[in-house]
Amino acid sequence: MDVPRTVFTKRNLVWLAVCLSIYFLVFFLRSYGILGNYHEITIAQICINIMLAVSLNLIVGFTGQFSLGHAGFMSIGAYATSLALRSRPDTIGFLIGITIGSVLALVVGVIIGIPTLRLRGDYLGIATLGMAEIIRVVFLNLKITNGAAGLMGTFRAANWTWLYLLTVMAVLAINNFVNSSHGRACISIREDETASEAMGVNTTAYKIIAFAFGAFFAGAAGGLYSSYFYFIKPDLFGFLKSIDMLVIVVLGGLGSITGTIISAILLSLLTTILQDFSSVRMIVYSVILVIIMLFRPQGLMGTVEISHVIDKFARKDKEDANTVS
Amino acid sequence: MLVIEQMDVHYGIIQAIKGISITVNYGEVVSLIGANGAGKTTILRTISGLAKQSGGSITFEGDDITKMAASKRVEAGISHAPEGRRVFPGMSVYENLELGAYLSKDKAKTKKSIEMVFGKFPRLAQREKQMAGTLSGGEQQMLAIGRALMLDPKILLLDEPSMGLAPLLVKEIFNTIKEINSSGTTILLVEQNASQALALADRAYVLETGKIVLSGKGEELLKSDEVRKAYLGG
Ligand SMILES: Nc1ncnc2c1ncn2[C@@H]1O[C@H](COP(=O)(O)OP(=O)(O)OP(=O)(O)O)[C@@H](O)[C@H]1O
Ligand SMILES: [Mg+2]
Repeated sequence: MDVPRTVFTKRNLVWLAVCLSIYFLVFFLRSYGILGNYHEITIAQICINIMLAVSLNLIVGFTGQFSLGHAGFMSIGAYATSLALRSRPDTIGFLIGITIGSVLALVVGVIIGIPTLRLRGDYLGIATLGMAEIIRVVFLNLKITNGAAGLMGTFRAANWTWLYLLTVMAVLAINNFVNSSHGRACISIREDETASEAMGVNTTAYKIIAFAFGAFFAGAAGGLYSSYFYFIKPDLFGFLKSIDMLVIVVLGGLGSITGTIISAILLSLLTTILQDFSSVRMIVYSVILVIIMLFRPQGLMGTVEISHVIDKFARKDKEDANTVS
Repeated sequence: MLVIEQMDVHYGIIQAIKGISITVNYGEVVSLIGANGAGKTTILRTISGLAKQSGGSITFEGDDITKMAASKRVEAGISHAPEGRRVFPGMSVYENLELGAYLSKDKAKTKKSIEMVFGKFPRLAQREKQMAGTLSGGEQQMLAIGRALMLDPKILLLDEPSMGLAPLLVKEIFNTIKEINSSGTTILLVEQNASQALALADRAYVLETGKIVLSGKGEELLKSDEVRKAYLGG
């Protein structure tokens, strides 16, 4: 048992080094002006999309609960953060807003999850879709959210540091959850709900936990969004936004965090590149999706993670070494 | 050990189980036989808490478990291998077995239990890393039974373990069930394969559209005319 533990720390250190290098790389590229504001917008989109898609993957990919309402949770975080920043336009206000927004999204996730998660497949999809619509209509009609006109931001609190920090935290939290015994329980629900229940897994509770946990990070992503892009309105969080997130998840592989991250980066870049060709944008985008799904129906990564691949090689090296000696 | 009294189960307005009473004693193999749709699966699902009953009571080792959650029943020692080899297809054989001990926090014990299952089903040991979904039907059935044994249950509920298996494999599975029973696990067995199930059973119940129509010693039922006509083809 001691050997894997040392391997573990070594591995964690490597990951830490990778994370820090990415951070400082972008940081320096920005301070030397190689990455401009225009690039930072793309980077922000990538970070926010990663958070949204990884949290949605927890619900759809790992736990197997079809959700079409993730944009609803995102909007809760976005509005809470925007409102908090209005009364306190500084970093503290941002942190208060994003915390309240995420927790609120989690609470709404629990409240909505309890009745709807009894449904399966398409029915659950429709129910979550309806839920997101209700949230949107509420924001559309509330006075404090300024209806269809939306809210203008007052302070851009989210910068590269916050974007990166929160994204890494979200990915780490979800990755740890998925690899814990709780995560196993969620995956077993996806694999076979009846068998899972027969093994003593409290399937109802775990479905709600996954749903609420996913909602929490969608709320945080919404908070980042509104504080980075200033302007929010209910229309931004409609059905199409949820579909966008689902596309990232399916493309990356249901049940692969690595795949989701890769696909979030690819699709965000693609959207940015295609922005200059707005007339053919949707066609090219759709064609690329169709082509990828034809050749990789299980998504880019299937259920495989980069860490699995590395482990496999590490194990193989070790076995080879053993057979030699 | 397990006493079911006047159990009713409804699916919507349809009553699938109509006031049945079943007793299982320590160390026994009790078989439930009956035609398709008689309600055998429903009875097992109700005992393990996967289905809700609308009337009657279940007592396990003297405790009323009628309203107990499914996970608590697993903890109490009731293990259910559901109908149709419900393995976790995208997980390896090893991971499937690990999930069988999901409620146990004791990792060392889980490892031991997996060794025990591999001892009973050497074929599974060879396929430790294979995805369960790619196992043959017989291997999946072994895995489903093995997984149900992971927490060393007091009573094992088996739903048609011989379904869709070649005769030789059926024999093997029945032998294994016998072994499991002789090492101390009580068994409630649901089967279409009436002759084998009755031969193995200490006692048996015959079910017809939600009611028990006959009960008695396994070998007696095997000889009875009614059973022979209805389930053994004359
Ligand atoms: N989820 C359900 N919803 C509605 N009716 C159900 C449900 N499950 C079972 N039934 C009905 O209850 C009755 C008993 O079904 P059950 O599955 O218990 O039969 P069985 O004896 O196990 O049959 P088989 O030998 O074919 O497996 C059947 O009439 C079936 O149609
Ligand atoms: Mg059945």
